[in-house]
Order: sequence, then structure tokens, then C-alpha cells
Amino acid sequence: MLILTCPYCGVKAEETELSPGGEAHLKRIGPDGTAEEFEAYLFARKNIKGVHFERWRHAYGCGKWFLAARDTHTMQVYGTYRAQTAHATDEIVANARQARAEWVPDWPQASEAVVG
Amino acid sequence: MPSRRYSVFAIAREALRQHSGWSRAWASPEPRDRYKVVIVGAGGHGLATAYYLGKNHGITDVAVIEKGWLGGGNTGRNTTIIRSNYLQDPSAAIYDKALKLYETLSQDLNYNVMFSPRGLIMLAQTEHEVRGYRRTVHANNLQGVATEWVEPARVKELVPIINIDGPRYPVLGGLYQARGGTARHDAVAWGYARACSDMGMHVIQNCEVTGIETANGQVQAVNTTKGRIGCDKLALVVAGHSSQLAEMAGFRLPIESVPLQAMVSEPIKPCMDVVVMANTVHGYMSQSDKGEMVIGGGTDSYNAFTQRGSWHHIEETVRALIETFPMISRLKMLRQWGGIVDMTGDRSPILSTTPVGGIFVNCGWGTGGFKAIPGSGWAMAELVAQGRPGPLAAAFGMNRFREGRFIDESVAAGVAH
Repeated sequence: MLILTCPYCGVKAEETELSPGGEAHLKRIGPDGTAEEFEAYLFARKNIKGVHFERWRHAYGCGKWFLAARDTHTMQVYGTYRAQTAHATDEIVANARQARAEWVPDWPQASEAVVG
Repeated sequence: MPSRRYSVFAIAREALRQHSGWSRAWASPEPRDRYKVVIVGAGGHGLATAYYLGKNHGITDVAVIEKGWLGGGNTGRNTTIIRSNYLQDPSAAIYDKALKLYETLSQDLNYNVMFSPRGLIMLAQTEHEVRGYRRTVHANNLQGVATEWVEPARVKELVPIINIDGPRYPVLGGLYQARGGTARHDAVAWGYARACSDMGMHVIQNCEVTGIETANGQVQAVNTTKGRIGCDKLALVVAGHSSQLAEMAGFRLPIESVPLQAMVSEPIKPCMDVVVMANTVHGYMSQSDKGEMVIGGGTDSYNAFTQRGSWHHIEETVRALIETFPMISRLKMLRQWGGIVDMTGDRSPILSTTPVGGIFVNCGWGTGGFKAIPGSGWAMAELVAQGRPGPLAAAFGMNRFREGRFIDESVAAGVAH
């Protein structure tokens, strides 16, 4: 059973207490977007076998949305972080790198993560 | 060397000589340098694609490569249900084609796939489902797919072990397809593999794809754990790992992979001779020829590749089924397993050309691919042979997500199907 720690209320919640929200860090497309951009936003998913970032809601707890880094192959949880964050924290990146040395973040500078 | 034809005479002959004359059903050759068509994935869909490429289009320079063993993915992990009572016309067309092919598949392949058209009921347990299934019956009648709406008393007659009173999940009626049923899932893969091998095709197991070579937007070869294999055309028929293969070829699919679970009980005496699906509670059940109750559950709600699934889904499935079938409450479960299903946004499959020339995909069958195997192979063979989809596959192109042309089966099928 999957257990994630809610970064807001600190509760260690098992998955029946949570609602999944799919891939994290999707960029919303505005009214000027092309059909291709809308398709990518709505449907094209990375569907990673490995380090995966996703949205969760602590539905039967504090009710807040947060983000989690999880390995879809091994089910290892690398950490959870607040939703108002552009990228995963350095600590989570380090955890993921420790488990998967070949993995590199697909954003430019991990250390520039902004915590809101 | 083509395998010997199976018949009652062959059994009699072998009985007289201690069964010493049976040969292997299919050959296990090493890959050649090049094939006209390489199919990745030796599950039901991949092997059926190869079979109809040979049978309908005369293309036999084909290799079917498989990273594990033949039919060891979702083909060997499903609950073997076959039906064609879908809401949308393109779905009904391809699933009913599959059902019709299943009806004669044992004869066509000279291999007993144990197709058992025992009838199938989808229970309506909420008012919403009653309306939905009545609509599906009307749609099916217009499509020429024989289904009927049955009242609770008739459900009880067809399935005496069912509890139709509720209180939590009362049976308000059902969508009944008398032609639906089950087949032996491994035999479907084995039968197609044998027929492909007899046509001179290569079925190569333990051969994992590690990369896809392209040049000028055209496929050149696949790199595998058994070396480089050149090809004119490449068909990706790998279900849960479709996104990973697509990434190797440099494009992205509208697919998410999640585990779907099933389990099987200890064998008991015959008690239920139809397939019963309860989509509201994510449980479906049939009785195998060995007497085991075969039970399918719901999918996990998050991406994973573990072939395991979450424990609480088993609890939910069993809890609901026990109320609907009180007599199973003391059954012991023998095995539980998971398969990785490839879900699309509209819960309909993708049979499509891709941004890379010569590469074709067949994926997105999600939780209900087994029933479609012959029809899917038929349509995919047409797509690969001609380079463009035929009438069965035309609506299932991956560009439908860009164009907003969905084939929405998520409502019609509940969640699991």
C-alpha cells in the first residue's frame, strides 16, 4: 500500500486517504494555443517508468493538493512537496539520484526550485 | 517445418505409439538480420497481427519479438471475457468482428482455444446504469449486435446464485449478450504462434527492444538484446509499455499505464454458467472449466508498472461481490496478480500510423483487450500491409485526440471492461 506524507499537515497518509491527480507540472495552454499544444496539455503524458512527479490531494485529511515524486517501477517514494513549487526540491532529486544514478532532472537548474 | 495437423485421428495415432510423435507447436529461431515487418510484442494482438498479415495480405517475411515469454503479459493475465456490446459504432464494429472471428478461431487455427459462448450479463445496479445499458441495447440493435435488456427476475433465472435484492447493490436489470463468453487466453496466443510459425514467420522470445533506429523520419531497424534487426515496417503492439517504445522512436502517446488486478479462487463444483460483470462495483466473475471462480477487479488510479496493484482494490472488489454472490463468502483465493494496462483518454484503443514513417502502433486497449484480439489483429494487419487504416481501424487513429473526435467508451463500459 502506498503511503505518502502530506507536506502541509505532516500526516502519513495511506492511499485510500488520498485522491490522485495525475502528472504534475503540466503547463496550462492559453486561448492562443494551437491544437497540438492543447492535445499535448490534455492527453500526451510522459508515462514514465521510473522517477515520476504527480499530483495528489489529501482528500480525507486537510484537503490540500500536494506533489509527490515516486518511482513507478519500484514504488519507492522519493518525497512529497508543496503544490506551489516549480520543481521538486534538491533533497528529492538527491533521493531519486541515489536510487537511480542514471536519472537526471528534465528541468534546467534543480537548485532554482521556488518554494511558495 | 510446419507442425502436424491436430485432429482426432492424430490423437488416435499417437495413442498407439505412446505419444512419441508430437512435435513442438512453434519453432524458436534466432533472428535474421532483416525482415519486411517486425512486430514488437508476442501477445495476442501482436501474434494476431502477424497471422492476418500472412493470411489476408500474403506477407510472411515477419518476425514477432517478445521481451519475455509468449503471451506472458496481459494476454495471460486477463479474465478471458469476450463480448461486443459497446456503445459507439466504431467500437461495436471492431469488437464484433473479433467476436465473429473467435467463433471460428479454433477451426481456423487448428488449435482449440476453448471459446465458450456461454452468455454475458452486465448488471445494472444504479439508476444511471439502467439508463446507460438500455441506451446501449438500442445502439447495439442498430449496429446489428444482438443484445437485450433483461429484468431482475430473468437475471436471477440465468444466475441462480445471485442476490438481486441488495440492499447496497440491488440488481435492477442487466445488459445480456447471449453470444458473449470466454476463451482460454493462453491458447489464443499459442494457437496464433503455431499458425505464424507454420507460415514461416519467426516468433522470437526473450528478445527485448533496447532502441529504435530511424533515418530521415523513416524506421530502419530495432536494436534488441539479440542484436540489430533491420525492417521496412515496425508494428508496436506492447500494451503497458507503449509509451516507452514510442519514446525510443521519438514520439509521445496519449497513454497512461496503470495496474489492473485479477484473482482466482479454489475450484468448486459448477455453479454459474454465464459471465457476470458488475461495473458499478468494479467486479466481474466467471467460472473456469476447472471450477475456479475467476474474478477481475478495478484499476489502480495512479501510474505504475509493478504488475501487482494495490491491496485495497481487492478488498473493494471482494466486498461488493460477496454481497452480490453471498455463497462465495467462504471461498479461498488461490492466486492474485496484476497486469499493466494502457489507458487512453476516451477508453478506446489506438490503431494508427505515427509521426515516424513505417512505424505503426496498436495500443490503448486498456482493461479490455483480450476480447478484441482477432479483430485487432485483422485491422492492424490491414494498416501495416497497406500503410493506411482500413474501415475497421479508420476511427482509431491517434490524431483523434487532436481533432476532438473521441470514441467515448468510458461511460458505456463503466470503468473496468
